[in-house]
Amino acid sequence: MYGRGVDNPWLSLDYLQRSGDEVWEQFVIHATLTLEAVAIAAAIALPLAVLVRRSPRLSGPILGVTGVLYTVPSFALFALLAPFTGIGRTTVLIGLVAYALLVLVRNTVVGLQGVDPDIVDAARGQGYTRNRMLFAVELPNALPSILAGLRIATVSTVALVTVGVVVGYGGLGQLMFRGMQSNYRAQIATSSLLCLALALVLDLALVLLGWWLMPWQRGTRRRSRRARAAARTAEASA
Amino acid sequence: MSTIGDAWDYLTTPESWVGANGMFGTSFDGSLRFQQDSIIALTIEHIYMSFAAVGIAAAVALPLGLWLGHVRRGGGVTTVISNVSRAMPTLALLTLFAASAIGFGNRAVIIAAAIFAFPPILTNTFTGMSGVDADVREAAFGQGMTRLQVALRVELPLALPLIAAGLRTSATQTVATVPLAALVAGGGLGVIINTGLATQRYGQVLAGGILVAAVCLGIDWVLGRVQRAVTPAPLRLTAAVAT
Repeated sequence: MYGRGVDNPWLSLDYLQRSGDEVWEQFVIHATLTLEAVAIAAAIALPLAVLVRRSPRLSGPILGVTGVLYTVPSFALFALLAPFTGIGRTTVLIGLVAYALLVLVRNTVVGLQGVDPDIVDAARGQGYTRNRMLFAVELPNALPSILAGLRIATVSTVALVTVGVVVGYGGLGQLMFRGMQSNYRAQIATSSLLCLALALVLDLALVLLGWWLMPWQRGTRRRSRRARAAARTAEASA
Repeated sequence: MSTIGDAWDYLTTPESWVGANGMFGTSFDGSLRFQQDSIIALTIEHIYMSFAAVGIAAAVALPLGLWLGHVRRGGGVTTVISNVSRAMPTLALLTLFAASAIGFGNRAVIIAAAIFAFPPILTNTFTGMSGVDADVREAAFGQGMTRLQVALRVELPLALPLIAAGLRTSATQTVATVPLAALVAGGGLGVIINTGLATQRYGQVLAGGILVAAVCLGIDWVLGRVQRAVTPAPLRLTAAVAT
């Protein structure tokens, strides 16, 4: 514990040299937990979004339940799960997946709804079956919106992992919390910066993935500006 | 099953609602203190902290968003602010505050929550104002309205659905953030969960989770009604689509 008058810098190489292993360990936990949660959430969200699109009767319940899961704070969700799933990774993972679902479902639905009806018509005229239409026409056209959802979900999941400290499994949040308890500034600042860096790197990776998956989007500047404005509106109304 | 039984016992004991020593007391410096073992006192404290945070955020974000949206500049900046705030963990800000001059407790939590309450209000106000049809603006100017009149009497009413949605998002999110206060020696409903975990009373943890979830859903529902009420009837259809 640092007292008053003792040197307590926000950034110190000394800390990294001494506790590098531990920092790296928590960083890896944080990164893998995030990726796992987003992957599972996406695997659940895509079929759900297709269901919402295809059957209006199911859209109310699906959007309602994911909306409730989104509104319940992660802190409370971990508390609700902890008595049953125990303290640790599983509880945090379930909470993160539940939270990422709404953004992914909603963005995929918006993307599917936004597919130009003329394109769908043309595909139908060419004799596309329903499933082939979904995978070859609708999903690729919805990809920009799906990717935007993935970016939001990933970045907020990175931040949310830290709340896992309530059940003792918060990745870098664990270091922040211990740093706070012992008033160790370097530990708090380092783990906070790493958290932001992880979010930034994963976000950039997704942008690159989009660039690679959607060559047709690499187009002109005007288009991207319009897309940005549309993204802002979508975000504001979310 | 005993956990659920314990949670039920906790929720049905009158003492957990009103506290062993009453709901309110005086802290060492003479100010009002919410007793940390009373559900009712903690709920009031929770709502007070959320209200303070959203109030501070709105006091800055609303005028700023109105102005930026009216002059239609700064869209990039608002996007960057909202993206960075999404990547910044609340816990990081709280622990950074705790180790700095700002310190622990409710005041630090209110400041942190206000910072996170800020972006949704700003983004939505900006988007609502700058999204007003250019022809409508043109017509208003053509009638000889001043800039202030155009902003407050033409653009603001048209932007209201989005502004209300932003305030609702921000408030719901703040009510969900405040439980984290328990981790940095603050109050609010998170205390029940944190105390339960620390003393391994999982029934109390479960009850705390239910209470926090209920308060959040309840406030979101109330704000949804308010949002609908302040949205002028002709704009309700677009508001319904927007949310």
